[in-house]
Amino acid sequence: MEMEGGSSSTSIGIQNDTVSLRQRRSKFMHQFTQQNLPACKPVLTPPWVISMFFVFGVIFIPIGLLCLHASQSVVEIVYRYDAECVPEPLRSNKLAYIKDSSIPKNCTKHFKIQKHMTAPIYIYYQLDNYYQNHRRYVKSRSDQQLLHGLKYDGISTCSPEDVNNGHPVVPCGLIAWSLFNDTYTFFRGIDELRVNRKNIAWQSDRDHKFGKEVYPFNFQNGTLIGGANLDPNIPLSDQEDLIVWMRTAALPTFRKLYGRIEENLDADDVISVNLLNNYNTYSFSGSKTLVLSTSSWLGGRNNFLGMAYVAIGTSFIFIASIFLLLHVKNSRSYGDTTNLSWNWK
Amino acid sequence: MPRGRIRAKIRRSTLYTFACSRFNPSKEDGPHNIQGPGYSRLVYCNQPHLHEHHPLKYCSNYISTTKYNIITFLPKALFEQFRRVANLYFLLAAALSLTAFSPFKPLPTIAPLVFVVGLSMAKEALEDWSRFIQDLKVNLRKVSLHKKDGEFDHKPWKKVRVGDIVKIEKDQFFPADLLLLSSSFEDGICYVETMNLDGETNLKVKRALESTLPLDDDPSFREFKATIKCEDPNPSLYTFVGNLEYNHQTYPIDPTQILLRDSKLRNTGYVYGVVIFTGHDSKVMQNATKSPSKRSTIEKQMDKVIYILFSLLVFISLISSVGFIRITKRELPNWWYLKVWDRKNTYFNPDKVLESGFYHLITALMLYGYLIPISLYVSIEVVKVLQAVFINQDINMYDEETGTPAQARTSNLNEELGQVDTILSDKTGTLTCNQMDFLKCSIAGNAYGTRASDVEIAAAKQMDMATDSDDQGQNGIQGSFKSFELETVITSKDEHASKAGIKGFSFEDSRLLNGNWLQEPNSDVILLFFRILSICHTAVPEQNEETGVFTYEAESPDEGSFLVAAREFGFEFCKRTQSSIFVKERYPSYQEPIKREFKLLNLLDFTSKRKRMSVIIRDESGQILLLCKGADSIIFDRLSKNGRTYEQATTKHLNDYGEAGLRTLALAYKKLDEAEYTAWNEEFNKAKTSVGGDREAMLERVSDKMERDLILVGATAVEDKLQKGVPQCIDKLAQAGLKIWVLTGDKMETAINIGFACSLLRQGMKQICVSSTNSDGLIPDPKKTVKDNILMQITNATQMIMLEKDPYAAFAVIIDGKTLTYALEDDMKYQFLNLAVQCASVICCRVSPKQKAVVTRLVKEGTGKITLAIGDGANDVGMIQAADIGVGISGCEGMQAVMASDFSIAQFRFLERLLVVHGHWCYKRIAQMICYFFYKNIAFGLTIFYFESFAGFSGQTVYDDNYMLVFNVVLTSLPVISLGVFEQDVDSEVCLQFPALYQQGAKNLFFDWYRIFGWMANGLYNSFTAFFLNISVFSDKAFRVGGQTADMNAVGTSMLTCIIWAVNCQIALTMSHFTWIQHIFIWGSVATLYLFLLVYGMMVGHLQTASPVLLEVLAPAPVYWSITLSVTVACILPYLVHISFHRMFYPLDHHVIQEMKYYKKDIMDQRMWTRERSKARQSTKIGFTARVDARIRMLKEKMMQRRFSMHKSVLPR
Repeated sequence: MEMEGGSSSTSIGIQNDTVSLRQRRSKFMHQFTQQNLPACKPVLTPPWVISMFFVFGVIFIPIGLLCLHASQSVVEIVYRYDAECVPEPLRSNKLAYIKDSSIPKNCTKHFKIQKHMTAPIYIYYQLDNYYQNHRRYVKSRSDQQLLHGLKYDGISTCSPEDVNNGHPVVPCGLIAWSLFNDTYTFFRGIDELRVNRKNIAWQSDRDHKFGKEVYPFNFQNGTLIGGANLDPNIPLSDQEDLIVWMRTAALPTFRKLYGRIEENLDADDVISVNLLNNYNTYSFSGSKTLVLSTSSWLGGRNNFLGMAYVAIGTSFIFIASIFLLLHVKNSRSYGDTTNLSWNWK
Repeated sequence: MPRGRIRAKIRRSTLYTFACSRFNPSKEDGPHNIQGPGYSRLVYCNQPHLHEHHPLKYCSNYISTTKYNIITFLPKALFEQFRRVANLYFLLAAALSLTAFSPFKPLPTIAPLVFVVGLSMAKEALEDWSRFIQDLKVNLRKVSLHKKDGEFDHKPWKKVRVGDIVKIEKDQFFPADLLLLSSSFEDGICYVETMNLDGETNLKVKRALESTLPLDDDPSFREFKATIKCEDPNPSLYTFVGNLEYNHQTYPIDPTQILLRDSKLRNTGYVYGVVIFTGHDSKVMQNATKSPSKRSTIEKQMDKVIYILFSLLVFISLISSVGFIRITKRELPNWWYLKVWDRKNTYFNPDKVLESGFYHLITALMLYGYLIPISLYVSIEVVKVLQAVFINQDINMYDEETGTPAQARTSNLNEELGQVDTILSDKTGTLTCNQMDFLKCSIAGNAYGTRASDVEIAAAKQMDMATDSDDQGQNGIQGSFKSFELETVITSKDEHASKAGIKGFSFEDSRLLNGNWLQEPNSDVILLFFRILSICHTAVPEQNEETGVFTYEAESPDEGSFLVAAREFGFEFCKRTQSSIFVKERYPSYQEPIKREFKLLNLLDFTSKRKRMSVIIRDESGQILLLCKGADSIIFDRLSKNGRTYEQATTKHLNDYGEAGLRTLALAYKKLDEAEYTAWNEEFNKAKTSVGGDREAMLERVSDKMERDLILVGATAVEDKLQKGVPQCIDKLAQAGLKIWVLTGDKMETAINIGFACSLLRQGMKQICVSSTNSDGLIPDPKKTVKDNILMQITNATQMIMLEKDPYAAFAVIIDGKTLTYALEDDMKYQFLNLAVQCASVICCRVSPKQKAVVTRLVKEGTGKITLAIGDGANDVGMIQAADIGVGISGCEGMQAVMASDFSIAQFRFLERLLVVHGHWCYKRIAQMICYFFYKNIAFGLTIFYFESFAGFSGQTVYDDNYMLVFNVVLTSLPVISLGVFEQDVDSEVCLQFPALYQQGAKNLFFDWYRIFGWMANGLYNSFTAFFLNISVFSDKAFRVGGQTADMNAVGTSMLTCIIWAVNCQIALTMSHFTWIQHIFIWGSVATLYLFLLVYGMMVGHLQTASPVLLEVLAPAPVYWSITLSVTVACILPYLVHISFHRMFYPLDHHVIQEMKYYKKDIMDQRMWTRERSKARQSTKIGFTARVDARIRMLKEKMMQRRFSMHKSVLPR
C-alpha cells in the first residue's frame, strides 16, 4: 500500500510538472500568437547615443594607433627589377629580350639594409597589372585533377590548356601553365643567405587539394611554354611554388610568398640578389618587384587599417561632440508630449 | 409543416392597396411588344427537354465562380505569375543559367524561382479550391422539381433547366430566376427576402398572374404548357419585360412576377414557379463581377523601385560590357597567360569583340542579379503568410458567439490595411444586426422608457472622459456639463440589471409595464397607443404549439417589434382573418385576457412614398377608427387643430430619440362617423377598381383624403440594433482619420436613422440630400432635365460648403440610388465625388449591388486613396471586389461576401483592430522590410560590380559561388523575416489608444521615395565602405604574422563577413522591438556565417572549391577581426547618426510614445497619458466623440450667451 501511495504521489508530481510545463508552453504559445512576447524595447536616448559615440571613439583611436605602430615597425625593402634587369641595349624591345631564350637572364642587384630586420624575413615577388582574377584564368583549373591526377579525366574546365599532343596535362589549366619562374638567390657579402622555400603554402592545400601521388605529366610540353616547368619526380603536394601560385590573387597587383630568410639582417648590411629574370611581364607592361619584409602581428607594412580606425574613431568623437552641443543647446525632454503631432500648433 | 399553423388560406392581397395592386389587363395595357434584339429568349414552360438542343439551349444552372479549372489551371496560373516583370526576369535568368553564359551554377537560380512561383500558385490553387467547394455546395442544394405527370422530385440545383417547374418551400432560396405561377396563398402572392441581392431587409411582395393561379398543387402541372417570350439575360434587378402565352392568350409579365435567384421565400408556405434564367444567365450572376487579383499599393510602388533597380542593373551591366569590350580588344591580346588566341575561345575573343561583348552583357545581367533579389519575393510571400497567421490567430478578433476567428483570405494585402483612407460599408448585417428593439415611446407628451440606447451609453462614457480631461478652468460651465451628463447617464446605469431580453423588446419602465399604465394620468391615450401598435400592421401571428407564445411574421422588423411590444404591454395580437383582427387584452383587474375582435375595414399600406400606413377598423362598440402610423413629419402635417395637444412635447422627444440614434414613428388616430366612412369607402372602392395608369395616383389621392385631421397619440422609438461595438468602432476609426461611407440598399429614412445611430450624422450637421425630382413626361428631354437638376444641387451644395466659415460645421451628403445613376455618369461623377469628399459623412441609399461597386471604383480612382469595402451579403460582393481591400462579415448566413473578400471578420467592431493594430503593424513591417531588402542587396550586389572593375570586367566574382547562394537564403533571410513578422513600433494597446498613429500609414511615411532612396544610398555607401576598406587592407601586403598574402578567397570571405555584420547590425538598429526570437535570428545569422564557413572549410577535399579559409587563413589573423569591426561600425555610422538625429530633433509620434513608455510615463503620470490618449485623434466630424464635442461646444455657447445676456441685463441698472 505504502509503495503504491509513494508511486502515486510521484506520478502526481510528474503530472504537476507536465501540467506546469504545458501551461508554460501554452502561455508561451498564447503570447506568441498574440504578438505579446516579452520584449526589450531600447530607445536611443541622447545620453545613450552620445556616450555610445564617445565610447566607440575612445576605443577606436587607440586601436588605430596600435595598428599604426605595428605597421610602422615593419621593415620593408622593395626593388622593382623588370626594367633594370633588361640589358641596356635591349630596353627598347623588352619583349624580344624575354622571348629569346638564348640571352642569359641573369641580373644582380645590391641593397644596403637601412634598418635592422629581424628574422624571419619574408621574400615576396610582386606582380603588377597581372590579372590573376580574370574569369578565363580563374576557371582554368581542375581541382579534381590536382588531387587525383591522371585518374580524373573530366578536365574540360582546364581549357585551353587541358590536352597536349593528345595527352592530358598534369597540372592542367592556364594558372599552372603560367607559373611564375623568376628565381632569387641572396648573398650577404659572399655568403649565400639560406632561403627557406618550404612551408610557404597553406597546410590545407598541401594536405587536401594537391595530391601526394600526383606527379607532373606532359607539363610545358606544348609549342608555347608559359612559365616555369615542374620537376616530374616531385609530387604536386610538395611543389609549393605551384601551390602558392595557384591561390589566385584578388587584385591585379599582388604579392606572393617566395621564401623566408631565417636570419636577422642588421642595419648597413649589404645584400646582393642574383635573380633570373625569366617571367614575361613585358608584353602587358606589368612590373615585377622583389620585396623583403619583416612582419608584425598585423602582417606587412600597411598603415591603412590603423588610419581607418583613427579616422572612424575621430569622426565618432566629432559627431558625439556635435550631438552633445546640439543636445545641450537645443534639447527636448524625452517623452515630452509637446512633440506629438496632435499637440503641434 | 413545423409548428401548428392556425392560418387559413387567406387572400392576403386585400391587405395591400398599393404595393401589388392588380389591374385587369385592358386593351391599352396589353402584352409587351416584344421583338428585336435583346428580347430573343423563348421559354417552353414544363418542357425543359426542348431546351436541350440548339437554338434553345441555354446555359445550365451549374454555376462556377472559380478562376481556373483543372485543365486551364497550369497555363493560366503560370501566365498570371509571369505577368510580373520580375518573375519573367528570373525565368530568363534561370533559363540562361543553364547555358555557358552563366557566372554561377544553375541550381541557385532555378530553385528559388520554382519555390516562389510554386508557392504563389499553390496559394491560388487553394483559394480557387475553396471557391470550388463553395460552388459545389450551392450546386448540390436540393430543389423540388417537376418530373412528369404531376410528380415532384428532389434534384440538385445544377440539374435545373430552363422551362422546369419548381416548387419552393418556405425559407428556401430560389435556385434560378423564376416566373411565379402560384403560391400557398389563394391569390398567388408570396413574400420574398432579397437581402442577398440588394441588402434590403423589408420583405417584398410578389404576386402571380391571375391566369396561372389554378396551378396550385402538384397534379395540376400534368398538362401545363405555356410559352414565355422575354428579354435576354441582363443585370438589372428591378426590371423585367416579357409575355406569357398560356391557353392561347398572351399576358404581360413584369418584375412583380419574377423571383430572383438567391432571394429567399418568406412567410409563405410554398410557391410554384417556372424557370426562366438559369445559372450565369440569372440576374444575380449577371451582377457578379469577376474577382480581380489585387495588389497592394506598396507592392505597386515596389515595382517602380524594381524598375529603378532594373535600370541600374542594365546600366552597370552596360558599363561592364563596355569595359569588357575595351579591355578585351586592347589588352587581352597582350595578356599571354590567358591564351585568348585559342580557337575554342568565344567569350573572350578580341577578334570578335562585339559578339563576346554581347555574351558578356548577358553574363553581367545575371551576375548583378543580386540587385533584384528573387529572395525578396520569397521573403515577402513568407512574411505575409505569417502575418496572416497572426491575424487569424488574434484572440481579440475571435467571435466567441459564433466561434469564428478573423481570417486573412488573401495575404497579399496585409500592409494595405495600414493605409486605408475611406471605408465603404454596407448597412444591414454589417453595422446593424437587422433586429429592431422597441426601446422608448412618447405617449400623450410623456416620455417612457428608461433604458439608454447604445449610442447614449457610448456618448455618456465619452462625456465622462471629456469633462474629466477638461477640468482646468471654466468652472462655471463645468456644472452644466455635469448636469447634462447626469441627465443621460442616469438612464444607462441600470442596464444589465434587467431580465434576459425578449427579442425585439428592450423597453423598461415600470410605469407602463405589468398593467401599471392604468394608473397613469392619460391612460385612455395609452390604451389607444397600445391598440394602434397591435392593430395597425400587416403581420401574421404564429403560435408556438409548445409554449403558446405568439411570434409574428411581419414585413419589416419594426413592425415585428411593435407587435412584440404590444404583447408585452398586454395587447396580444393573436389572430387575423380575412376581415378581422383579434387581440387578447390583458388587464390586471381581470384574470383572463379579454379577446377583442376588430373588424378590418380598410388597410392603406405603407409605401416609401407615402411613408405611413393606416387601418380603418370598427371596434366592438361599432365605432369606426382610423389608426395611422408613419414618419413624424408626415403625421404632423396631417394633424387636426385639436389633435396637436401633445405635438410640442412629442417633437422634443422625437428629437431626443433621433439624437439617441433611434428610429421613430409617430402614431395618430381619428374617429370616423358612419356616414363619413361610407362616403369615403365608396370613393375608395371606385378608385380601387378603376383601370388605367392613374389608378395608383387616384388611390393615393383618396387615401390622402382620409388620412387627415388626425389626433396625435404619441411616438415610438425603436432601436435598430447595431452590432456590438459599432458606434465605438466607428468613433475610433474616425479618430484614426478614416472616412466612412455607408452604401445601403435600404430606404433613405432607415439609412439616415442608422447614420444617427452610428454617429455618422448628428443634430446640427447640415444634411445635403441630393435627390432627383420625379419629372413628368411632359418635358421634352426628361433625362437631361433631371441631370441638370442634380448637377445644380451638387454645385450649390459644393458652393455652400466652400462658403462655410464655421470650422466646426459638418456636412453630410445623402443620395439615393436613382440619383446616383445620374451622378455616376462620366460627365458628373467628379463633381459628385468632389462634393462627397468634402462632407464628413456620405450615405448612399437604395443602391444596387452594381452601383455599390461603381461608387467604390469612383472613390478609389477619383481620390487615388485606398478604399476598404465591408459587407456581409451577396449584394456587397461587387463592392468588395472593386475596393482595394474587401472585408466580408462572416458568421452570418450567406458566404458570398466572405468568399469574395480579402479579409473576413465576424463583427464590424473587429475592423478597428484589423486596421489600427494589424494594418499599422503590417504596413510598417512590410515597408521597412522592403526598404531594408533593397539596402541589403545593393550593399552586397554592388561589391560584385566594383570587383569587376578590378578583374578586367571578366565576370569573375570575388565571392565563392556558394557564398552567393547562402547570402540571401541562409545568412540574411531570417532577420529580415523577423523584421517583417515580429516588429512592433508600439504595442497593440498603444495602437488602439492612439488612433492618430494610423495616419503614419495613410500618409505613407515609411515607404516614400525619400526613405527608399535613403536606404538605397545607405546600401551604396555600405558597399563602398565594405569593398574599399577590405581591398585596401588586404591589397598586396601580408595580413598575417606568418607573412602570407591574401588570395581572392580570403578577401571574398572577409568582405562577406563585413557585409553580414553590417547588414545585421543595421537591421538591429531598424528594429525597436526585440523578443528573443529577433535576437536569435539576427545574431544567429551572424553566428551561422561562421558556422557555415567552418563547415564549408571542413568539406575541403570533398567539395571542389572548399577550403578551410576561416580556420586556417582568417581566424588567426587579427587583421580579419579588426577589419570586420571597423567596416561594421563605419557602415552603420551614417544610419545611426541619422536615426539619432531624427529622434532627437524631429521625433515622430511613435518615437515620443516609445519614449513615454520607456520612461514609464504612462504609469507614473497616468493623467497625462489619458489626456494624450484623448487628444490623439484626427480632427473628425463623425463618431460620437465628435458629437459630444459638438454638444459641449453648443452648451458652452449657450452659457456664454446666457452670461452675456445676464451682463447685459445687469449693466443698465
